[in-house]
Amino acid sequence: MPNSASDAPEGGLEDGAEYDLAVIGAGPAGLAGAVTASELGLSVALLDASGQPGGQYYRHPSPDLGAAHPEALHHDWPAFAGLVRRLAAGEVTHLAGHHVWTVARAADTEGSWDVHAVTGADGDGDRPVRVRARAVLLATGAYERQLPFPGWTLPGVVGAGGAQAMLKSGLVLPGRRVVVAGSGPLLLAVAASLAAAGARVPAVVEASDYLGYARRPGALLSHPHKLVEAAVHGAALLRHRVRLRTSSAVTQVHGSDRVAAVTVSRLDRQWRPVRGSGHRIACDALAVGHGLVPQLELAVGLGCTTRRTVEGTHALELGALQETSVAGVWAAGETGGVGGVQLARVEGELAGIAIAARLRGRAMASNARRVRELRRRRARMRAFADAMAAVHAPGPGWPQWLDGATDVCRCEEVTAGRIREAVADYGARDARTVKLLTRAGMGWCQGRMCGTAVACLAAQARGAQPAPPPERRPLAVPLPLGVLGALGRTPAPESDGAAPEDRSDGSDAVG
Amino acid sequence: MARDRSPAALVGAATDDAFEITFDGRPVTALPGQSLAAALWAAGILAWRTTRVGGRPRGAFCGIGQCYDCLATVNGRPNRRACLVPARPGDTVTTQEGHGHAELGV
Repeated sequence: MPNSASDAPEGGLEDGAEYDLAVIGAGPAGLAGAVTASELGLSVALLDASGQPGGQYYRHPSPDLGAAHPEALHHDWPAFAGLVRRLAAGEVTHLAGHHVWTVARAADTEGSWDVHAVTGADGDGDRPVRVRARAVLLATGAYERQLPFPGWTLPGVVGAGGAQAMLKSGLVLPGRRVVVAGSGPLLLAVAASLAAAGARVPAVVEASDYLGYARRPGALLSHPHKLVEAAVHGAALLRHRVRLRTSSAVTQVHGSDRVAAVTVSRLDRQWRPVRGSGHRIACDALAVGHGLVPQLELAVGLGCTTRRTVEGTHALELGALQETSVAGVWAAGETGGVGGVQLARVEGELAGIAIAARLRGRAMASNARRVRELRRRRARMRAFADAMAAVHAPGPGWPQWLDGATDVCRCEEVTAGRIREAVADYGARDARTVKLLTRAGMGWCQGRMCGTAVACLAAQARGAQPAPPPERRPLAVPLPLGVLGALGRTPAPESDGAAPEDRSDGSDAVG
Repeated sequence: MARDRSPAALVGAATDDAFEITFDGRPVTALPGQSLAAALWAAGILAWRTTRVGGRPRGAFCGIGQCYDCLATVNGRPNRRACLVPARPGDTVTTQEGHGHAELGV
């Protein structure tokens, strides 16, 4: 690997560097795409916000933690180890600690793209970096879908994926007795790993009835490994005496300054709480989530066409070889619809071959058989992912969990009552209008945590249209104004707040 | 059920190079490579910010840098995402009130 965050001076070094391909995101899809394209002869830059490759799925402790068995918290670790070996052995330039905030057409070069990033662990490195490339592969993954409920802002309530991420990378638990709740297969994996790491998990609370799988036997039987995976999780939950409660949801969190207990209520088929069915479970943390939502800011900013998914979110509309509607921009993994790690690897490889073919010619013919195989596997896995998404899609009755005082937008502290007022009294019919009236979705997280909920609440109004495509947000991550100010100028030399004359650059300027 | 299970034991992590940071003046033990949020969780601390409007306590929620709930003041600089910033020996983390720029009078 020519360089990585550890041996490159922060920022600057790569500024203006040119590559055949810029891959954004070093999770399973981005890694597979980057090493495939590189092995087919392209020069590749792989940009990722984290200090190490792996994305969220393969998030693992920093080398400083010296974990002898990182695989203990993972499935499918050998596949990841193989990708990392190829990354290390090859010519890919891995730019770790690079938070990409926008991708734009290069103003002065036809058919090239400028990828703009800020560096540092949390993007606070103050040094804008620009990477230029002839093709872009977006492998930006997904984040967790949340649905609000009374008490969900209390400390000790964390995302299910959040608990998993903190455990995988930081080797910590949010509490000693952790209830896991929400919907989707991730909950079983989260519960199993929390229990393996020493937490007591009194219950996994799943909103769907799981009968949806029985209604879709074709998709399940074509994926025996998924059944095996479910059985492995099931066995782990049995071993750790974790109760699985289906058709149920946490409808109240109790505690003054942190979680002390939760109330779990039974749900009907519409996900409406059944009156009088609530019972309390004592716990000191709650890990909650409703599956994943594709992370599309960069793609939408580029004007890539999206499609509505079976569970009502948006994903990228992609061609047979992973290209978006914008020529020269490809996407792989969760960006095209949430489908899991194996699908991400397949799509990354497919995109890598397709991009090499476009830029170099000939790669497609020599890989024709592999491409056919990858496309076949992709189709099968997408069908399974859609079946699974339909089973766990939020039921229309979930807003009945809310009371008027429940914060829906965590950043701007906008309550369900105020959003309902915007819809019922002021005629808001979509999330954008709700935002303009209430500030919901206008805060730090740019609507990632409340977006699903606000869109649902607006869509339930009379005369509401189906959800419009995601809004274009020109900046994918918050930026210091100085970064925007520095655009178009040669980046200033490294500065840590010291006056320029204090730099040891041989110029003995007198202050 | 084994009572001695821990995340570090599960993955066989080296825990002998622990160092200290402080949270609101009290010492907190961190391991090399842990984020500030992870070190705080390990000490049983779940909140290190109060919200702008309601003054409500918040800490890490999404764990992956997307939700901005975990903003903290680190070594005097506000609005750092504690779930992303690695802990370093001697770091001072202080509870962030509101937007963290009170001293600017904005």
